[in-house]
Order: sequence, then C-alpha cells, then structure tokens
Amino acid sequence: MNLAETSMPSHEVSSEELDATPLIEVKDLHVEFDGHVILSGITRSIKRGQTVAVIGESGCGKTVFMKTLVALIKPTTGHVMFDGRDLNRQSPAQLAQIRRRFGFVFQHAALFDSMNIFDNVAFPIRQNEPQTDEDEVRRRVRQHLLEVGLPEEVAAKYPAEISGGMQKRVGLARALVLKPELVVYDEPTTGLDPIMSDVINELILNTRRTYPVTSVVVTHDMRTARKVADRVIMFFPRRMLDAGQSQILFDGPPSGLEHAEDRRVRQFVRGEAGDRIREMSRATA
Amino acid sequence: MSSDTSSLDRYRRIDALQSRLPPTLNAWIMQWGTAIVEGISAIGDLACFTWQMLGWMFTRLPRRGTLLTNFYQVGVLSLPVVALTGTFIGMVLAVQSYYQFEAIGLASRLGVVINTSLVRELGPVLAATMLAGRVGGAMAAVLGTMRVTEQIDALTTMGADPIHYLVVPRFLACLLLIPALTIMADFMGIVGGYFYSVVILGIDRAAYLHHSREGVVGFDLFMGIFKSFFFGAIIAIVSCYRGFHCQPGAEGVGKAATAAFVYSFVLILAVDLFLNIALDSIYFMIYPQGPVLF
Repeated sequence: MNLAETSMPSHEVSSEELDATPLIEVKDLHVEFDGHVILSGITRSIKRGQTVAVIGESGCGKTVFMKTLVALIKPTTGHVMFDGRDLNRQSPAQLAQIRRRFGFVFQHAALFDSMNIFDNVAFPIRQNEPQTDEDEVRRRVRQHLLEVGLPEEVAAKYPAEISGGMQKRVGLARALVLKPELVVYDEPTTGLDPIMSDVINELILNTRRTYPVTSVVVTHDMRTARKVADRVIMFFPRRMLDAGQSQILFDGPPSGLEHAEDRRVRQFVRGEAGDRIREMSRATA
Repeated sequence: MSSDTSSLDRYRRIDALQSRLPPTLNAWIMQWGTAIVEGISAIGDLACFTWQMLGWMFTRLPRRGTLLTNFYQVGVLSLPVVALTGTFIGMVLAVQSYYQFEAIGLASRLGVVINTSLVRELGPVLAATMLAGRVGGAMAAVLGTMRVTEQIDALTTMGADPIHYLVVPRFLACLLLIPALTIMADFMGIVGGYFYSVVILGIDRAAYLHHSREGVVGFDLFMGIFKSFFFGAIIAIVSCYRGFHCQPGAEGVGKAATAAFVYSFVLILAVDLFLNIALDSIYFMIYPQGPVLF
C-alpha cells in the first residue's frame, strides 16, 4: 500500500501546510543485533506535517525503528533519509547539526537528574544556540513550560521532586523548545492516568496547531493513536504494515488489507487476545 | 557464488573437525575462544572510546560550568577521605617499622623509610585505590544510570556528544586533581608518621627531621606524582567506559560500578609495576649510588 496515495490528515493542519515531499524516507531497512533480526526490509516514507502512530505488540521492533529514525541506532543495511540526506552517511558533526531539527520525547522523560527543570528545558538552547543571551533563554523556557501547563515555580525543582506526568510535560517542553521539524514520541502516555494521558494528547495536537511539525508517535494507547494520528503503522515481528488512516482504522468499515492482517490489526486495536493464546501455547510446546 | 561455496566448505570442514573432538574439549575450546574474541573486542572498543575522548579534548573543551562541577566532585569532595587515608598510612608505617628499627638502634631514621615509602609508592597507589572506589565507582554508577534511563540518548538527540559532555570533564578532573590529591595524601602521611614517631613513640624530633630530609630526594616526589597522572587517567577512562556500557537495570548499574573499581585497581597495580621499573632505571642513572637510607 502506498502511503502517498492514501494519506489524508484528519486534524487541524490544512493541506496547504503540508509539503508534498516526504521529510523521512526509510528504504529497505534491516537491523539485527548479534545475528538476531529485529527489522527486515522496511520501506516507508512520512510526509511533512503528518502525524504517524506506530503501534504493535511489545518486542516487535517499534522502539528500534524509532531510534533508527533519529540515528540513535545504525541500521545493519538500508537507508534512513531525513530531508533528502542519508543519516548513515553523515559525519558525527553533520549528524549533530541534523539532530537539532529533531525533538525526542522519551518514555520515562529522560530528564537530567543533576539539573533542575529550568536547566533541563534550557539545555537544547544552550547546546545548539550558544549565542542566545540568558534573558532570551529564560523567556523561551518560561514560555514552553507555560505551554505544557507547568507553573513557574516548577522551574527551580529537580526531576525527582515532580510527578511522572509533570516529568513527561517537561520532556515535551524540552523536545519542543527549538521548534523541531520532526518530533518522535516514545509511548508518551504510558503510566499516566486517563486525564493526564488526554492532557498529553492535547499538547501533541496543540503543537501541530502551532506549526506544521511532523510527528511519529510510538504508542500502545489506542486512544492516543486515534486522537493524534493521521495514519497508523502496525509492527509485526520483523516487518510492518500500513494500517491506513486512523479514522478509517478505528471507526470505518474493514480496510483493503488481506483478511488475516485486517483481523489481526483490528484485534490489536480493540485489545482482544483472539488467537494469541493458542499461538503462544503452540510456540511454547 | 564461488566464495559462498568455499565458505560453506570451510564450515563443513570445521563441523567435521568438531564432531571428531570430545564434547568437553569442544566446549572448552568454545568457551576460551569466545572469551578471547570478547576480550580483544573490548580492548578495541576501549581504545576507540579513549581515542574519541582525546579527540574532543584537543578540539573543544567543555564549558567552564561543566568542568567546575566535575572538579568539585572529584577534588574537593575527595579531600577529607584522602587526607584521612594518608594520615593513617603514615601512622601505620611508623607502628609497623618502629620495633625493627629500635632493635638495631636506628629508630631516629624511621622518617626516611616512612617518607620514602609514602612519596614513592604508598601515597600514590593508596590514594588512587581510594579514589578508584570513591570517584570511579560513583562515575560508573552515574553514567550507568544515565545510560539505563536513556539520559545519554537524550543528550545525543539534542545534538550534544555524550563523550564530549560527560567523559571529557571527568577525565580532566581525574587527570589534574588526582595528582593534587596524591600530594595531599603524601603530606598528610608525612604528618601522620611524624606525629606517631615523635609525639607517641618519643623519637628525637631534630634527628627524625634531619634524617627524613636526607633520605627523600626530589626524584622520589616526582616519581609518585608522575605515576598519579597515569592512575588518574586509568580511573577516569575505565569508570566512564564501564558506565557507558552498562547493562540494563539496577543489577547492571551495580555491576558497572563494581567492574569500574576492580578493573581500575588491577590496572593501577599493573601500570605501577611497569612505571616503577622504568622510573627506577632513570633514578639509577641520576643517582648511581642508589637511595641513602643509613
């Protein structure tokens, strides 16, 4: 299924804001660790301004795929192109330049323990725009903390002193402070209560309303996938499947996928075990 | 195609050879082979890590704030423990040596032995050992936790190089401050030895000081400090490397901290041996008559 043919954003970003050219192109991606194949023959493109949800069972390679997208993992073979540049062929200095255009929201926020919240959010500015004066840094940090609904008092606290939900919002503020072109979210709502999960989902949507950012959201939370994504990609062990537009997948009639695949995708989306228990018993036997 | 066939033939020959060997020998060869390959790979990896770190050190130094934080943690916070260790080493040397020297009527020359042992060997080695535990273990644990909680990945995604940001300041702090701490350990050891010999054991103060001055030469002091630069570098590189390559989970962090201390300690002793051999040959070129003890 060709992504370019079927893609249609379902949210506020207008078609004029979207560029026809893909921001990310993955070509015949193959990743293996110690002879163990994690991803094989993955080819996919993600257009500018699009939000793609990546779903799939645990251990099927979603996180590896996501880390390969931002060159945290080097593929065994294949290419990851960002804005037409092959990430595997860049020098460390060039890669550092390109990474300034990425934002990454980690599953457990990955805030620096040794820094307070202010310094955590200010880090990307100080690292990548060292000429920025401290007043401007303070203004931008405050603005981004407010955008994710965090009061100014939080800025002086350390990550260990705030809740998990607040840490995620700080992680989001840190990822967005440089207004990146690509934001990758690693399970942004995992471990949060339903209200806080929805707050995070709204913040992801707000970011899209603010500027035409391209987002990849790895999630197990179907409410998140349904709410924020234009398209859904489902991972199976070693391979992936374009599950189509999120609205059609969640609310529409059966897709054009093969029957077995369609059944499997829908079981996953509805959280039904289906044949999995029998398959697991067979595998164990 | 032909290379595939030849590879296949080679594997078949290896299989045939393996099937002729007794299973225990097979397993033994496999275990040792794996250990050797992994060992060589780890050495290569450590060399690359060190090379990258040195590359950053000569191209761009970290910010002053990052450096000062690390200098404070390695230098200032280690001062009490190093001073205490030095003092006790000096006093223990006095306790251990006094009765033998007293028996041959040379108690007043105790200072020569205490001070020479301290500045040449015990001060640098024991200070480095103490710091491998205090500083090295902490470095491996901090970097290991950062690895496990994806903070190192976060640094990378924000365009910072983790080796430049995390390793270079720690390396510089150890390289520059461990020699300074060694001087502190030497000084406190000399004070401790003097205190125990003169105040507790009642050795004549003037004679103790006179012989101490005669016995210790500048090269002895140089030798100890020179070695401590190597010890500082070993502690930083080994600990940071272990932290960076930490296995997942709390157990992984614990193992990284333990391994950082054990490998640092073994390497310190091994390097100490070779440096002593090299420095002694230089010493005998400068002082052909050898050390003056009596």
